[in-house]
Amino acid sequence: MIEIKDLHKSYTMGNNSLHVLKGINFNASEGELVSIMGSSGSGKSTFLNILGMLDEADEGSYFLDGVPIKNLNEKIAANYRNQFLGFIFQSFNLINYKTALDNVAMPLYYQGKKRKERIEKSMHYLEKVGLADWATHLPNELSGGQKQRVAIARALASDPKVLLADEPTGALDTKTSYEVMQLIQEINDEGKTILIVTHEPDIAQMTKRIVNLKDGLIIDDVLVPKPVRAASHV
Amino acid sequence: MFNIERWQEIFETLRKNKLRTFLTGISVASGIFILVILLGFNSGITNGVRSQFERDATNKISVRTGTTSKGYKGLNPGRNIQLYNEDYSNLNDKYAAYIEHKTAVTTIWGGQVTYQNQSGNYRVEGANPDMQFIENASLLNGRFINAADIHESRKVAVIGHKVQQDIFKNENPIGKNIAIYGIKFKVVGVYSDPGGERENAKVFIPITTFQMTFNGGNRVRSIVYTFNMDEDLDVAVAASTAFSSLLEKDIKNKYSVAPDDRSAVRVYNTLEESKKIYSLINTIRAVFWFVGLGTIVAGVVGVGNIMIIVVKERTKEIGIRKALGATPNAIIMMILQEAVFITTLSGLIGLITGMGLLEIVSPLVDSDFIKFPNVDFNTAIITLSILIIAGVLSGFIPAYRAAKVLPIEALRNG
Repeated sequence: MIEIKDLHKSYTMGNNSLHVLKGINFNASEGELVSIMGSSGSGKSTFLNILGMLDEADEGSYFLDGVPIKNLNEKIAANYRNQFLGFIFQSFNLINYKTALDNVAMPLYYQGKKRKERIEKSMHYLEKVGLADWATHLPNELSGGQKQRVAIARALASDPKVLLADEPTGALDTKTSYEVMQLIQEINDEGKTILIVTHEPDIAQMTKRIVNLKDGLIIDDVLVPKPVRAASHV
Repeated sequence: MFNIERWQEIFETLRKNKLRTFLTGISVASGIFILVILLGFNSGITNGVRSQFERDATNKISVRTGTTSKGYKGLNPGRNIQLYNEDYSNLNDKYAAYIEHKTAVTTIWGGQVTYQNQSGNYRVEGANPDMQFIENASLLNGRFINAADIHESRKVAVIGHKVQQDIFKNENPIGKNIAIYGIKFKVVGVYSDPGGERENAKVFIPITTFQMTFNGGNRVRSIVYTFNMDEDLDVAVAASTAFSSLLEKDIKNKYSVAPDDRSAVRVYNTLEESKKIYSLINTIRAVFWFVGLGTIVAGVVGVGNIMIIVVKERTKEIGIRKALGATPNAIIMMILQEAVFITTLSGLIGLITGMGLLEIVSPLVDSDFIKFPNVDFNTAIITLSILIIAGVLSGFIPAYRAAKVLPIEALRNG
């Protein structure tokens, strides 16, 4: 599903060049649930941004489902993001003047789907995350956990190949974090490939594979023998 | 532009931000409102001034004489210069090629005109048949003075509309006899002059009759011509100015008047005057457009300003939209269409309010110089196009900025 070879990325800040990714090799096949760990400054966010086509690598190759991701202009990047990827953010990033339903429908709008279809699909995914009753509520009427579940429904709405979650539980308390992880695990059980950036070991233990980044290199890539089921903590 | 989904998206955004939309709209609406009112009054002034000029033919040249104010060729100042029939016919022959209509005029100011037991004081003028065209008079009834009247010195009169109302009331005046200082004249026509009441309170009689009846001899008070107009106003003005100076020179020569003596011989050229007035009107129009457009520019800058703030405020939202697959074009169109929609809608409201107000006020305006202020269809269309262009302009910079928003920056844990 994801094939990455020798990925490099530098940022120029004034006169200093900051080499953030120093040759990353990474593969993920379909149905994997991978956590990417590392201290701040390890390059994990940059790595995720490149995976998410929000940023482009300087060197190296990146194939997503066999499609080479390089030399993208903004329009193509936008279309690829829309088709291939679903994003889940630490701070949810819901549009605050739109209802839960409309937020979920947003990627479908950019796919050019008709309103009726958008509403049907969005409703389906809201049901899936257990928030069908909250469809007409605005984000500020929802709890943190509910917001994250709306965001997950939104990420799923366009039926992407890969879900990218950037610290999805970072803004939630432990109990709510586990509820969100339970949902993520359930989605993974249905065969969706999911990548999670996190620095919480207990969250990482709930994934099937842990990749450790340090100073722009993968220092450690291990399978979790027996992932913890989040449901058991809820 | 015609993407229904996008319109729905925009309406939703605007609905959720009512106050912002309202305030943005007001600046544009007021700009257009002011422009429409200004243009309306501009057309009112144009109409008013034009009607002042319709009093007489616009290409009229009149020659009058008075008293010399300067000595010349050994003659003392203070001589009275008098025109005679002979001058009239000489000038007619000499300048036949330039002349369209011609008349010599003799006048009694405030002559007593009586019909049965009704009477009033009106200006009585002896004139030639062409006077009708020179005065821009239209006949309501009967006929004007004709060549036969002149030739046979008939005692006939053409009375103004006002004279008819005053002394004939509802009676048909044609064929009736009126008395001017006790001398009977037969009314053959009633005229109406667009120049207002004063111009309609005159009585015209054949100049030959006038000179015989009122002891006029062969004296003439003034000579009036209209000039063969060229299509091009500037050419016409130049030619008529040349013609009037020729007339002036001829008469001054004949009566030995100093060339720079303005009180002895006066040649008044309406076309030259009207050109000045029209250029004044054009200046007023230009000023009004300038002020009006300035107001719109202020409104547009206001919209642009607010849209920039909107983009800033929505940076994160735009970042989210981009992360979810919005292309730069989709973002540009979203912001641009929002700006165009606000400017056009509020502009239309301003346009309609302005036109409505003019519609109400127009009949109430009672001034010689402002008549029927209104905005014609063309002007409305022009303002509308200005609006839409303004909307695009005001939206462009903010939209461009919005398209440049980087999703990573926008989404950074904010």
